[in-house]
Amino acid sequence: MNELVTLRRGIYHDSVSLMRVSKALSDLPGVEVAIVAMATTLNVGLARDLGFEVPACEPSDLLVAVRADDPAAAADELDRLLDALSRQSAAQAADLPPRTTRAAARSVPAGLALVSVPGEHAFAEALDALEAGLNVMIFSDGVSLEQEVRLKALARAAGLLVMGPDCGTAVIAGAGLGFANVLKPGPVGVVAASGTGAQHVTCLLDRAGVGITHVLGVGGRDLSAEVGGLATIQALRMLDADPATELIVLISKPPDPSASATVQAVVAELSTPVVQAMLGATDLTSATAEALRVLGRAVPEWPSWEPDSGGRAAGGRLLGLFSGGTLCQEARLVAGHGDFTDFGDDAYTRGRAHPMIDPSLRLEALDKAEEGDTVLMDVVLGHGADPDPAATLAPAIAAAPARVVVCLVGTEGDPQGLGDQVSALTRAGAWVFTSNADAARFAGGGAR
Amino acid sequence: MNSLLDGVPRVITAGASLLEESLRAQAIETVPVAWRPPLPGTEEALARVLADPRRPEANARAVQRLLAAHPQLVGVVRASEILPERTFLHAGPPITWERASGPMRGALIGAMLLEGHADDPEQAGRRIGTMTLDSCHHHRTVGPMAGLVSPSMWLFEVRDAVHGGTAYCSLNEGLGKVLRYGAYGPEVLDRLRWMDQVLGPALRDALLRTGPIDLRALIAQALQMGDELHNRNRAATSLLLRELAPAIVEAAPGHAAEVLRFINGNDHFFLNAGMAAGKVCTDAARDVPGSSLVVAMARNGTDFGVQLSGLGERWFTGPAGVPDGLYLGAYGPDDANPDIGDSTITETGGLGGFAMAAAPAIVRFVGGEVADAVNATRSMYEITLAEHPVYQIPGLGFRGTPIGIDVTLIARTGILPVVNTGIAGRVAGTGQVGAGLVKPPVEAFTTALTALANSISPQ
Repeated sequence: MNELVTLRRGIYHDSVSLMRVSKALSDLPGVEVAIVAMATTLNVGLARDLGFEVPACEPSDLLVAVRADDPAAAADELDRLLDALSRQSAAQAADLPPRTTRAAARSVPAGLALVSVPGEHAFAEALDALEAGLNVMIFSDGVSLEQEVRLKALARAAGLLVMGPDCGTAVIAGAGLGFANVLKPGPVGVVAASGTGAQHVTCLLDRAGVGITHVLGVGGRDLSAEVGGLATIQALRMLDADPATELIVLISKPPDPSASATVQAVVAELSTPVVQAMLGATDLTSATAEALRVLGRAVPEWPSWEPDSGGRAAGGRLLGLFSGGTLCQEARLVAGHGDFTDFGDDAYTRGRAHPMIDPSLRLEALDKAEEGDTVLMDVVLGHGADPDPAATLAPAIAAAPARVVVCLVGTEGDPQGLGDQVSALTRAGAWVFTSNADAARFAGGGAR
Repeated sequence: MNSLLDGVPRVITAGASLLEESLRAQAIETVPVAWRPPLPGTEEALARVLADPRRPEANARAVQRLLAAHPQLVGVVRASEILPERTFLHAGPPITWERASGPMRGALIGAMLLEGHADDPEQAGRRIGTMTLDSCHHHRTVGPMAGLVSPSMWLFEVRDAVHGGTAYCSLNEGLGKVLRYGAYGPEVLDRLRWMDQVLGPALRDALLRTGPIDLRALIAQALQMGDELHNRNRAATSLLLRELAPAIVEAAPGHAAEVLRFINGNDHFFLNAGMAAGKVCTDAARDVPGSSLVVAMARNGTDFGVQLSGLGERWFTGPAGVPDGLYLGAYGPDDANPDIGDSTITETGGLGGFAMAAAPAIVRFVGGEVADAVNATRSMYEITLAEHPVYQIPGLGFRGTPIGIDVTLIARTGILPVVNTGIAGRVAGTGQVGAGLVKPPVEAFTTALTALANSISPQ
C-alpha cells in the first residue's frame, strides 16, 4: 500500500459533496481508504487517526489523503470528480453567485431559506433570512441553544417560522425540503419535533389514502424550557390559518412542563382539531390511527411482506441498526429488549454523511451479526435519501447469517419506488414492514 | 400570518448541494448561495456581533445617514485657519517620522521647507520633532497620497446640507513631481507657493460668487460620464471647471487664464473635492453604537487603517500592501511604495473601485476586460449594506453603487474592498510611479470586528 497526502488551495466544496467523492474513491479497487475533506481540525484529526502524516494546513485547504495500491490512479479519478463538482457549481451560477443568504435574498424574491452549512456558521445565514423577511429551515445541527432561542424570538416578532435547527424534513405545499417523501396532497398538516417521526406518520397516512398539506419541522429542542415551544406555536398557528388544513398532527418529544402548558393553551385556542403524538407515550403507528379516526377514515392493516424464500430462524440477540433517532427509540420501547444503535447520532456522523445517504457503517454492523440474531433496521426513502438503498443493502442482507427485519419508510411516489425496494429486500431474505411498531413487535418476538 | 403556506416557495439554499439538487429534481426554483466558511479566526466575534440586538437598527441608521448626506462645495479656506499651532496633518492612521515611509518623509520635508521651518532637507528631517503630526481624519480632513496639510495650503470646504457636517481636503497639485507623492524639489515648492498666493484666493473668491456647488449631483453626473471618482476624474473635473470658470474670470481677472489652465491641465483636480464629499458623508455615519459599518479606510504608507461607526476614532490597522498596477515609464514594482493616502474615502463612500463598472475607460487597472470592472463592482454588493440612491451606474441598468461596507460581511465572505489607487515611488522625492489596484490587509478588518465584539457588554 502506498500513501498520498496533498493539500490543495483555493478549492471549496461542501462536506456532503466531498464525502460522496471520498466514498467514490474508497470504492475503487485497490483503494484502502480515501479522505477528501476541507482541512478542518476535525478532518485533519480523522486523517491522523488513520495514520496519515498531515502537514500544517488551514481549514480553507482541501485535504486529500489516500492509501492505495496505486494512489496516482486514485488522484486522477479525484481530479475527474472534483472537476465534475466544479463544473456543476459553475453551471448553476453562470455569473457571480450570491455568497450569503442576505445577498441571495436581495437578488430575487423568495419565500424560504434552507440552511445546511456547518452548524457553527448556520446562525449568520438564518439571521440573514429572518432579516430579509424570509422563513428559514435549518437543516444543520450543532447550532447553540442560545442562538436557537434568539432566532426563534426574532421570527416570532416578525411573524416568521424557524424550522430546526437539526430539522431533517419539511414539506411546504408539496415541496419536499431536506429528507422528504413524495406525499399526496390532502387535509392533514403536521408539526413535528422529529424528522423521521414526521416521515413515518405521513407515509402511513399516504398509505391509508390520506394526503397532507404541509409538514413543518420545529427541531428537537423546541419544547425545552429555554426555547419554550416558540416554533411549535408559530407552526400551529400557521396551519390553523391555512384553509386547506383540516386536521393538525403534532409530533412532539417529551416536553418541558412550562413549554407544554404554553403549547396546550395555544392548541385549545385553535379552530382546527389537533391530534397529539408524544414520542415515548404513544407510538407513531397508533398516532396515525388516531388521526385517521378523527378524520372518520378506516384504519387499514399496515402492509408487510415476508421473504421470498424461507427467511432465517431467530432465537439469538435482537440488534437494532437505525438511521432515524425517533424510529430507533420507538422500536426499542416497543420491542422491550435488544441492543439498539442510532447511526444518525452525532457520534457516528462526525466526518461522514448521514446513514440515510451513506450506509457503510450500518452495513459493517450487519456483517458482524451472527446466525440466530435478528437485525432490525429502518430504510428511509424519499428526496435527499440514498437513491437506491436496496442496491447495497440487499446483497448484505443475503450474505448475512442473521434474520433481517426492515421498517421501510416511504411512499409509492418516492423516487426510489417503494415497490421496487420491497421486492429487492424480500428477494434478499428480509421481512419488510411499513409500520415501525409492527416491525419491532415482530422482531422482538422470537429474539432475546 | 405570512404567506409561507400559500404556495410552492422559491428556496434560497446555503450549504449541502445535495439538498439543492433534490429541490431542483422536484422542479422547485432555487437560489443557491455559493457559501464559504468565514475568514479563519472570526467565528466567535462574528457570532457575538451578529447576535447583538442593536446591530440591525444601528446599521440601518448609520447607512441611512451615509446615503442621505448631501455634500456641497461651499468654500476654499487656508489651512492656517483650521490647523492647531505647529501642526501638520498627514494621510492614514497616526504615524511617527521613525515609522514613516519614503514618500511620507518626503512630504514632511517639503512641508518643513515650504513653511520656512528648515533651510534644507537634512535640517527638515532633524527638526520634524518640533512639529505635532496628526492624522487628517482627526481634523475632519482628508488628503490624497501623503495627504500633507500645512498652514499655507488651501483646502476645499464641503458641507453636508442635511446633517450640517463640514469636511476639508487640500487642493490637487497635478501629476508628476508633487508633494503628495513625496517630491520636495524647488519646482514642487514653487508650485505650492503659487497655489497659496494665486490659486487659493482665486477659488475662494470664485466660490463666493457661485454659492454652494452641489457635489452630489456633480458626482452622479460624472459617474454617468465614465468616471469612478478615484482613478478617473476627467468628467468630474470638466464639470467643476464649467461651474467655476465664469466666476474665476470675474473674481480674478488678472490670474484667470493661469488658474483655468492649471485646473484644465490636471484630470484629477476634482479628486480632492470628491474626497471631502466622501469624508463629510462618511462622518455623518459615525458614532452609532453597535454599528459594524466601516466609516474610514486610510493609509499612511506604512499601515492601512480602518474605523467603524460603532467604535469612535479607534484605528484598526494592518501593513499597507504594495499596489498591483501599471507603471509610468521605466518604473516597476520594485520602485513602488506601500499603499498610501486618504483617497480610499472614495471607496468607503461607494465610489472608486466600488464604482469600477462605471469607468470602462480605465479597466486595465483591474485586469484588462470590461467584465473585470463589472465583476469588481458586483462583488462589492456582497460586502455593502446599501445601494446609493443617486450615484448610479448606467452599465448596470442604473443600479446604485454598492455603499456602506459592513465588516461582518467581509469576515463572512472573505471578500475585501476593491481599492483603486495611485502608486508613489518608494524613495522620498521620486513622485508618482504608477496607478492600479491594492488589496487591503485582512487583519485591519478582522481586528476591528473582534474589537466590536469585545465592546458588546454581556447580556
